[in-house]
Amino acid sequence: MVKLLRILSQVIAYGAFAFIVGYLSFWPRYHYSAPEFATVKLSLSHATERIVPCVQLTPEEIARLAPNMRRAQTCERRRVPLALQLDVNGEPVLDLQASPSGLWEDGPASVYERFDLPAGAHTITVRMRDSAREEIWDYTLTEDVVLEAGRYLTIGFKPENGGFEFR
Amino acid sequence: MALLKRLIRVLFGRAEAVFDWSFGQSNNPLVNLGPLGWYFFWIVAASGIYLYLFFDTGVTDAYASVEYITHDQWWAAGVMRSLHRYASDALVIVVFLHILREFSLDRLRGKRFFAWITGVPLLWFVYICGITGYWLVWDQLAQYIAIATTEWLDTLPIFGEPIANNFLNSTTLTGRFFTLMVFIHIFGPLFMLFLMWLHVQRHARARVNPPRSLAIGTAVALLALSLVYPAMSQGPADLDVVPATVNLDWYYLVVYPLLDVIPGGQLWLVLVVGSIVLSLMPWIPPAKPVPTAVVSLDNCNGCGRCFDDCPFSAIAMEPRSDDRPYATEAVVNADNCMSCGICVGSCPTSTPFRRATEVIAGIEMPDLTIASLQARTLEDSAAFASGPRVLVYTCSNSDIHDLHSGNVKIIELPCVAMLPPAFIDFALSRNLAEGVMVAGCAEGDCYYRLGDRWMRERLAGERDPYLRRRVDRARLAVNWLPTKAKKRRSKALEEFVASLAELPPGEPARRRRRG
Repeated sequence: MVKLLRILSQVIAYGAFAFIVGYLSFWPRYHYSAPEFATVKLSLSHATERIVPCVQLTPEEIARLAPNMRRAQTCERRRVPLALQLDVNGEPVLDLQASPSGLWEDGPASVYERFDLPAGAHTITVRMRDSAREEIWDYTLTEDVVLEAGRYLTIGFKPENGGFEFR
Repeated sequence: MALLKRLIRVLFGRAEAVFDWSFGQSNNPLVNLGPLGWYFFWIVAASGIYLYLFFDTGVTDAYASVEYITHDQWWAAGVMRSLHRYASDALVIVVFLHILREFSLDRLRGKRFFAWITGVPLLWFVYICGITGYWLVWDQLAQYIAIATTEWLDTLPIFGEPIANNFLNSTTLTGRFFTLMVFIHIFGPLFMLFLMWLHVQRHARARVNPPRSLAIGTAVALLALSLVYPAMSQGPADLDVVPATVNLDWYYLVVYPLLDVIPGGQLWLVLVVGSIVLSLMPWIPPAKPVPTAVVSLDNCNGCGRCFDDCPFSAIAMEPRSDDRPYATEAVVNADNCMSCGICVGSCPTSTPFRRATEVIAGIEMPDLTIASLQARTLEDSAAFASGPRVLVYTCSNSDIHDLHSGNVKIIELPCVAMLPPAFIDFALSRNLAEGVMVAGCAEGDCYYRLGDRWMRERLAGERDPYLRRRVDRARLAVNWLPTKAKKRRSKALEEFVASLAELPPGEPARRRRRG
């Protein structure tokens, strides 16, 4: 009888073990994003202007350089921070500055932001400054978008295509 | 810290008592957590190799190949997929229980730090291998993991451009990152295996296989789960669609929901600081220094029994350094010696019967020599106030100490396997007691790893130095119980005393002649 009880208790223990393994392997479900929302991703990587513009070297200055180091311009390595703003329906959602990458701050500045918006029509304005001219925005785009619930809107940046892109 | 340890110990003690009754001591799953971890690792590895035969490592074809595995060949590859997943989950369960249990038993401090600190990077590897595995299915869960992981990695100041850009939308998706994940998921476990090997390096005869019944039982349980509730994909990944709701594997992905409430950088900090604190736990607080076994070359004949029995590989047999006619001598590595005294118990010169010469063994613990153990045995046997007289040799981890009474004298050793079996013969043949009890840690769960096994084998005459046949086994009780099992020990002692009362009484102890 005791032996039978022991076997039964082992069966229960193995069953409990399988249940615990299986249950937490799938449940409870995790709600990453509310179903009535869309997700906006803003991602860009862009080399801003240099803090000091490049200076054209004179032929004499070029001649004074070692042959393997001769170049037409001399440039300050550091670049200005990238400034970015994003408004939704006239309300500011993002207002940030991104530092250029690299030890010498001479690489591209990158921005990656993700946020949810209720599905439906919205007016999104995105502005970016990549120069030291603080009085103006170098790139601006305003778009009327209709966001579908459960879908992504990605905002990218391609200067060769004129600036911001909504997708 | 001590209170926390005690609390966890009590909880484990209660669970172990239930499992002891159900499975038996040596098959108790809680005593076999480390071996079970190894076993689940091998199940994951074997099922993973089979799955790899059918898995397409390209990001565009991975999902379809997993669907083939799951549905078209459900009876083999599908079951393997489920086993792969559930054995990985079971691995996490036993790993965390193993950490908690070893912590509660204080098997991490002092010279035992090595297994503990090598276990910390192992934890990271378990998670890296697990998370990359979920990535490879390339379903909605994988998409969620890919986005959340890359966004989280982007909080570290090590990437020039956000790596999350790889998963921005369906036009930016490339196989580059996916290939990296395949690489990590295959080579990660190989490195993990190396770390597992390193983890047990200071353990002689490390137990890396669970008892057969436990191996069969857990395999059947996981197989049944795989058949009843097979692992399924969660719809193909689509980077234009938000994976709004996912069925997370909470064993591996528990940190991801935390990213909703804790900034990624802070979560890295928590994990890194947590790992550092975990690594430093063997020194919080620092352990008291323990004495190292000392070899007496005059008494060591280089038989190598201490070398065979040392559970921590602290003894090496090296060429003789004196002019005695033996090939080797025992040399103790102080860094590995845990002061358990098991080597003393294994030494054929550890005998209390010697009269002609001073009682000195070939290897001794400086704080408890064989001579002092002999003296203690004689002292306690002279102090019996009533009968039946019982000498109990127990280990320092047993909670039997306050059962000392008029007819029960308790002699504590670091480990019961420090007791040379000749002492039992000595106590009974000299009628120093009417009964001897050996009370150690639970079977397969000795604080010093192998003490219970060696002692059982010595008493059964299967291992040198063995207990002589002339010893009346009715006057010997052997009791292997976990710590925090005082009631069970007390009951076993009472039963032994009662059984001795039914035997003919022994003669009063003879005074030992000192030569």
